[in-house]
Amino acid sequence: MAGLGRGQGRGKGYMSFSIEAVGIGKGENLPPSILQPTPLFPPMEHKPVPLVMGEEAEYMLALKQEFRGNMKTLPFYVRPAVSKKDVERYSDKYQNSEPSDNTIEWNPDWKRLPKELRIRVKKPLKENTSLSVETPVDPKPSKKTQVDKEEIIHKLETLEKKEEEVTSDEEEGEKKKQEEEQQDGEEEYDEEEFEEVSICSQCQMAS
Amino acid sequence: MTAQEVRLCGLLLQEHFGEVVERIGTHLLRGGAQNLRTIANETNTPLDLVKKSLCVLVQHGACEFRSGRRGPGSPVEYRASCERVLRVLRYPRYIYTAKTLYGDTGELIVEEVLQRGHMTMSNTVKTVADRLTHNMEEGRSMEYSEVVSAFSKLVETHFLQRCPPVAEVGTAATSATPATPGTPAAPASTAPPTAESNPDCYKLPHVTLIGRGKRRRSSDDSEEQRGGKKAKMDSESCGDEGIYWQVNFERFHQHFRDQAIISAVASKMDQTSSEIVRTMLRMSEVTTTQTAAYTQPLSANEVFRSLPPNYSISRPILDQYLSLLVDDPMEFVGKSGDSGGGMYVVNLQRALANLARATLESVVQERFGSRSARIFRLLLRKRHLEQKQVEDFAMIPAKEAKDMLYTLLSENLVQLQEIPKTPDHAPSRTFYLYTVNQLPTARLLLQHCYKTVANLIERRLFETKENKRLLEKSQRIEAILASLQASGAEPEQLTEVEEMITAPERQQLEALRHHINKKKNPENHIVGFFMNLFVNYGGK
Repeated sequence: MAGLGRGQGRGKGYMSFSIEAVGIGKGENLPPSILQPTPLFPPMEHKPVPLVMGEEAEYMLALKQEFRGNMKTLPFYVRPAVSKKDVERYSDKYQNSEPSDNTIEWNPDWKRLPKELRIRVKKPLKENTSLSVETPVDPKPSKKTQVDKEEIIHKLETLEKKEEEVTSDEEEGEKKKQEEEQQDGEEEYDEEEFEEVSICSQCQMAS
Repeated sequence: MTAQEVRLCGLLLQEHFGEVVERIGTHLLRGGAQNLRTIANETNTPLDLVKKSLCVLVQHGACEFRSGRRGPGSPVEYRASCERVLRVLRYPRYIYTAKTLYGDTGELIVEEVLQRGHMTMSNTVKTVADRLTHNMEEGRSMEYSEVVSAFSKLVETHFLQRCPPVAEVGTAATSATPATPGTPAAPASTAPPTAESNPDCYKLPHVTLIGRGKRRRSSDDSEEQRGGKKAKMDSESCGDEGIYWQVNFERFHQHFRDQAIISAVASKMDQTSSEIVRTMLRMSEVTTTQTAAYTQPLSANEVFRSLPPNYSISRPILDQYLSLLVDDPMEFVGKSGDSGGGMYVVNLQRALANLARATLESVVQERFGSRSARIFRLLLRKRHLEQKQVEDFAMIPAKEAKDMLYTLLSENLVQLQEIPKTPDHAPSRTFYLYTVNQLPTARLLLQHCYKTVANLIERRLFETKENKRLLEKSQRIEAILASLQASGAEPEQLTEVEEMITAPERQQLEALRHHINKKKNPENHIVGFFMNLFVNYGGK
């Protein structure tokens, strides 16, 4: 049927196959060969179809934007600690610092992660968060549910807000303060446990 | 994992988790399975940041870890999954589907679980109840039991599933999920356990959650809340520690697939036939596996009984509809036997293949014009054609046909197949046939879609950065307006504040918002979704 080509492609361009079989006649006007990469924004002969924007699509768009916004506030958005270029100040000890690298702001279930990934958990600030990141609370015998005076709780909360787990130098002082709080009936014993574990692991790694 | 996919994954990770996680994630995607030290060294990131990022990635299921390949002493290896990261594109669709099926409660449950990766049931219930309470009027709050019922509905229909148990890596200890006594702990298993392999995958834990959502109040109520909190339930663990729930993406994809088939039938034929197909799909939801080529056979009698009551059609009419569906060239429904009034199946794979083919055809039509689309359709149906035959069958003059064919060829939508007549493959004695391979072409389109989405995201980021000043100004103005209105200001003050933003700026803002909102258009997703489904089914 086909294969009426005339031999081995003499003439204009020598190609490995007979160009007549593909349909290019002899002496025909071919489009000029391309000598450079195609332009970055080639002109479009056919304009694209307009977007489908119904009620559903609008709602999903709003959902997407909200989702993105929410993700930025969650602790999963990892921001590297920016080192202060300024002089070290005394107020650094008592002010909120940005997230530091060696703590993690949420409490994952460490049993589902390999041991080597374990880092110290940073205690979230005791604000009115409805974000309930539950820590498995171990029932300890020394947990007292005392009748706490409201002012004492309030005072302790403000004190707590001022403390931070900033550097390893501060750990000792913090541990003592936490022990103080423990006696007054505050929870979060896990914090201390993790701290101890991390201190031990750090000691081990250092040695 | 093509370059386009990796680029898109990188952009998505950056948007949702920040640059550090993006760097680590892209590195893992490009480099395969690696251990902690290698990642830290090759990305020049401090070890702690790497650990944090890996925790985030594992939490969201984007990364898996297993013990090293070189034996029990080798370090843990991490592997990222491109497919899982790309699912982020579909999150709004999942949430919207949950809303249509289970209302606002279902929507919030799915949204929370998607945001956190995986959560315990008690955690989810509390958070969702709090959020719902926040949106209600003063004095009303949401009962936990309502949220629990929505949650259990989602689990029953398999939209949520338990996370697979994790074998403790690096030690000889067994995994820590208390509710799966029957699963053998296999720390040396070669394949990571899937969620489905757990027999208790869809079993709700026995937890009684009693309470109401808490309204987030201002600080003066904080002590009261803390006291109340202590009394209620936070002081004891809720009994479902270690049982985490994640979204079952495959089930959602099944749902989308069913919806696509039903809407295709509705647009090709009429509403009643789509209802029939919907009934058939609903009946075979639980009996069909996810990768089945067709549903289990259903007899016409069963279908007749299960039709929704408002679609009361008589039995002979139902038979007519079914035979019409069977004869349709799109092959949605097939007949597999004659017992019980006729046994019918829904051809899932064929239906998807045909839908993908229709999408391909429409893409070619929109990009190259209707005559090229004619040639393309011709090649799809006739499989292999020569140059001359294409011109004849398509009834297009030779020169134009040639032009169009070469354009399609240069875009890789059409391929040239050589068939030699002689063993020496001499060009003069070889047939050259044009052909279209559906599966590779679908994959190509899918990659184009990913590239488009990535380009759109980058453009949106660029536009946001360029106009950051304007956006911030408008945000501040809105905040001022809101606070003024809240404190009951006069209209003159309001108009004065509004005029702070000049008219051309306002126009610019509107145009900008318009553009930004249009990015990542959903259409792309639909096309990409079809292609994805088709490719995954290994379509014919």
